[in-house]
Amino acid sequence: MENLIALLVAAPLVGAALLLCGGKRLDRTGHWIGTLFAAASFAVGVALFADMLGRSADHRALHQHLFSWIPVGGFRADVAFQLDQLSMTFVLLITGVGSLIHVYSIGYMEHDERRRRFFGYLNLFLAAMLLLVLADNYLLLYVGWEGVGLASYLLIGFWQHKPSAATAAKKAFLVNRVGDMGLSIAIMLMFTTFGTFAFGPVLASTGATSEGKLTAIGLMLLLAACGKSAQVPLQSWLGDAMEGPTPVSALIHAATMVTAGVYLITRSGAIFNAAPDAQTAVVAVGAVTLLFGAIVGCAKDDIKKALAGSTMSQIGYMILAAGLGPIGYAFAIMHLVTHGFFKAGLFLGAGSVMHGMNDEVDMRRYGGLRKYMPITFITFGLGYLAIIGFPGLSGFFSKDKIIEAAFAKGGTEGWILGGAALLGAAITAFYMTRVMLMTFFGEERWRNAPTPSPDRPSAEPAAGTGGEYTPPHPHESPKVMTLPMVVLAIGSVFAGGLFSLNEAFVKWLEPVTSFAHGHSPVSATTVTAATTVVLFLGVGVAWLMYGRRPVPSLAPRGSLLTRAARRDLLQDDFNHIVFVRGGGHLTTTLVQLDHTLVDGAVNGTAASMGGLSGLLRQLQSGFVRSYAVQMLGGAAVLVAATLLMRGV
Amino acid sequence: MSSVASVHSLWTAAAGAPGKIPGPHIEYAQLSPTLIVLGAAVLGIMIEAFVPRRSRYYSQLLLSLVALAAAFAAVIGLAAAGFGSSKAHVAAMGAVAVDGPALFLQGTILLVSLIAVFTFAERRLDPAAHGKHVDSFAAQPAAVPGGAAEQAAVKAGFTTTEVFPILLFAVGGMLIFPAANDLLTLFVALEVFSLPLYILCALARRQRLLSQESALKYFLLGAFSSAFLLFGVALLYGYAGTVTYAGIAEVVSDGAKQIDPALAGTMSNDALLLIGGALVLMGLLFKVGAVPFHMWTPDVYQGAPTPVTGFMAAATKVAAFGALLRVLYVVLPGMRWDWRPVMWGVAIITMLGGAIVAITQTDIKRLLAYSSIAHAGFILAGVIATSKDGVSSVLFYLGAYSFVTLGAFAVVTLVRDAGGEATQLSKWAGLGRRSPLVAAVFAVFLLAFAGIPLTSGFAGKFAVFKAAAQSGAGWLVVVGVISSAIAAFFYIRVIVLMFFNEPKAEGPTVAVPSPLTSTAIAIGVTATLVLGLAPQYFLDLAGHAGVFVR
Repeated sequence: MENLIALLVAAPLVGAALLLCGGKRLDRTGHWIGTLFAAASFAVGVALFADMLGRSADHRALHQHLFSWIPVGGFRADVAFQLDQLSMTFVLLITGVGSLIHVYSIGYMEHDERRRRFFGYLNLFLAAMLLLVLADNYLLLYVGWEGVGLASYLLIGFWQHKPSAATAAKKAFLVNRVGDMGLSIAIMLMFTTFGTFAFGPVLASTGATSEGKLTAIGLMLLLAACGKSAQVPLQSWLGDAMEGPTPVSALIHAATMVTAGVYLITRSGAIFNAAPDAQTAVVAVGAVTLLFGAIVGCAKDDIKKALAGSTMSQIGYMILAAGLGPIGYAFAIMHLVTHGFFKAGLFLGAGSVMHGMNDEVDMRRYGGLRKYMPITFITFGLGYLAIIGFPGLSGFFSKDKIIEAAFAKGGTEGWILGGAALLGAAITAFYMTRVMLMTFFGEERWRNAPTPSPDRPSAEPAAGTGGEYTPPHPHESPKVMTLPMVVLAIGSVFAGGLFSLNEAFVKWLEPVTSFAHGHSPVSATTVTAATTVVLFLGVGVAWLMYGRRPVPSLAPRGSLLTRAARRDLLQDDFNHIVFVRGGGHLTTTLVQLDHTLVDGAVNGTAASMGGLSGLLRQLQSGFVRSYAVQMLGGAAVLVAATLLMRGV
Repeated sequence: MSSVASVHSLWTAAAGAPGKIPGPHIEYAQLSPTLIVLGAAVLGIMIEAFVPRRSRYYSQLLLSLVALAAAFAAVIGLAAAGFGSSKAHVAAMGAVAVDGPALFLQGTILLVSLIAVFTFAERRLDPAAHGKHVDSFAAQPAAVPGGAAEQAAVKAGFTTTEVFPILLFAVGGMLIFPAANDLLTLFVALEVFSLPLYILCALARRQRLLSQESALKYFLLGAFSSAFLLFGVALLYGYAGTVTYAGIAEVVSDGAKQIDPALAGTMSNDALLLIGGALVLMGLLFKVGAVPFHMWTPDVYQGAPTPVTGFMAAATKVAAFGALLRVLYVVLPGMRWDWRPVMWGVAIITMLGGAIVAITQTDIKRLLAYSSIAHAGFILAGVIATSKDGVSSVLFYLGAYSFVTLGAFAVVTLVRDAGGEATQLSKWAGLGRRSPLVAAVFAVFLLAFAGIPLTSGFAGKFAVFKAAAQSGAGWLVVVGVISSAIAAFFYIRVIVLMFFNEPKAEGPTVAVPSPLTSTAIAIGVTATLVLGLAPQYFLDLAGHAGVFVR
């Protein structure tokens, strides 16, 4: 059975190769080929899953050694796979959601002439992401890590004719590089510390290693996770990444790739368990990001950017849970899976709305759409209820557990983390209700011509309309798009409950991540009650602000906090002032140093050699008499020096 | 009174046994390389006297090639017979050593001379004078430059075929020089190869005044340095009471076992040894062109006919370094703590001086002359190592360097304009565009001079620096590497000039040589690349040849 593991990666890889090298003759069938290979990978995943369930919990992990990649002396890097319960969970999520989004993209990208290439990139992403979660060592994981970075870059910039998309792709790539550097340093540290970077030996020998080294490795891994999962301080790229086609945002920048950081931290649990300082850093990052993302999500009028803020915030929850140690790992992954369902569903819904609204993304230009796109409304609505943690739906189970675990951390820390998580839940309810109300309820603001304003260059009438404003004709999307939305909505509703039945999910993961029941200072019932209360509080406030009152079709100026949140809490300004300008100054200074000091020294040496040469040349007068005198002098010096040496 | 008595006893001892003077025992077979060359030189003079003028060129060329090839075969035979290692000994009544270094250097000199004969015999480069092909040498060297006699000689189509026997005489001297095992043989060999070189330098067909000036300078300064050498020999004799290397070495290391009563007042006086040794070294350093005894090099290299320059730069250096090695390793090893620091100084100023002054040169031949000075410094670094590795590295370097030098000067003979060879560097601009092959070949030689890997120059430089560093001369190696960096500048500047500058409108053309020069250049390039790509066999060969007989 273990021989099938490579097939998981190979199928989408072959698909990508076919689509990217196949040329124009595959233009007509490319999307079907891509979907087929994704679905094939999913089928293999399901077969492996069924096989895994057939074995006892302790014998579920499978290994497949493909070949020795770099065997040099004591250094050994293998291409080998490890399929355990954690990897299996990811495999099913990636291939399952991935296949659905492939199907959705058939409809969404129908009119794009580069659709074949799009599916090629999607397949490439699947292959890289599967490599990431299936690798049995950190080096191979790094290959997948870079692979998903590449696919993400290519897909964010897929509409490269738009300068904003090209810039966003570059930004994502550069910010990710910072994180990648952390991962590569972590791998190097592992090699010098453990002499290997295979999961098994590394994670088994943490007990015999000094805490300082483990803390260093942990912090570097956290840096990597921050880059890939858009956590503070490397979060700035995710909002711009929404420039990519919406299926990409759903698959890569919501459901799967951005959760790679959570996977990395959970996978390296043994290292973090032995390095409490690194764990503290992880929960701090998680807590800050979950609030940061939520606040940004409240202020965005662009539906995708609002959802991006929400993604950031939800991953913050997961990172927070992963930082809690054995009491949190399972819930981090559980929230990751349920989030994969409802966030992918929400993004696909947003894509469906945009599809029916001439690619309009400004929610202030939406309103009352529930009548025109009922399926989208219902599936989006279910996703909405799931994410805010409405009792009984997926999000409720997973988020509630995280909040509980945060309190269970104990001491002041537990109260702070629990409080932050609760506050985040309230804000989540607020901004998601805002999105829901602005999109599907209220006045049909898209019927009126947009008010021109300096912030809205798109208010210019489209060419060919003769200056007259023609309102869009909102319509439901084709079946090929709605079907995946329905499937994801079902997942959003039931997954959480299913996982929590008899703690099924926790027991499933326990052999890999280990599990400990936390001892919360407040009872589970109290936490659930509090969560429900803040949930309704958030919904209520949003309804007061956006449901009862008409939404202005032009954004009001807003408070200082609102304006800052619209600018992503000034993260780009900060980066610009500190890193861009600082870096600019640094390079200018270095270039100047190079010109004056280095070049000066080099040129000065050359010039002085030339001068010396000209000077010495004059000794060569051409007169034999002077040559003879010099020889005589030379002989005298030679003799004198020899005698002197004797004397010494 | 006592001295009179002792002189008397010498006389009576000499006269007391008439007819008992032992005849010298000469191992002719072991001296055969030298004897063949010198015999052929005498035969060459006979040819000049008795063979008709039109046949002289071919007979001389054939004779020289056969003689040099036969002598080389003899060297190989001696080496194969084991004289390079196990059977090494001192022949001809203690005058000539037959050992590894001697045979290696003699083989190198003979190969180099063979190639030099090719360039000497080249007759296609200069435009034919009055329908007759002419070479690089003056029609009638004795005629006054620009005079009526010269014009008549040119018109008559005279050529100086005497260059071949003169060359052979020089080669004969060079063969003895590194093998000389006593100071008198050393001095005689020095004069035997120097005098023909003075003559050859004066024989240029073009720019005859420059050529004659260079010959005269070389002669005067050579005579001056010979005087120093001879004085040094006298002082050493005064110190040790003998001129044989082994004898002096014995006195240096152990003190004389039995002091000759006639010399009791001077023998074992350190000052004599030190001054004498320094003066002998000075004479040899003059020949290798080390600073501060290098002044003749640029002037002579520039003025001499280019084939002669190439021969001189390659073969003289080999012979002179061979003699220097033997003197330092056989005669003076007992006082290496005295001469090593001094030679350090000489090596440093030679490396730096040659490299630095070369930067501002504008004439390719002078540039190569200063480059040869810098290389003499690099080789000195290997000489100073005083180890078996030092000897073998110097042997290898000399072999590698001499082929590069010969090839480079052969290329210089090809680049010509109306006035003969265009040696002004500025005229070489853009040569790579016009004659890519010739420029590429020259670039290979320059890269070898600069010591770029994959050329013989790198292998040689690496070997000498390694030997020097292992003997504790780390700082010398640092200076050597710095000098190499400086030297790389002017070598690469020529490459830049040839390939990346626009050709000048009135630039020189590249003459199409006969197969003779082509062969010489081809051998030079091949040797440069083979010794650079696969130096190990030759390094091993030099390693086996690295032990001097005492």
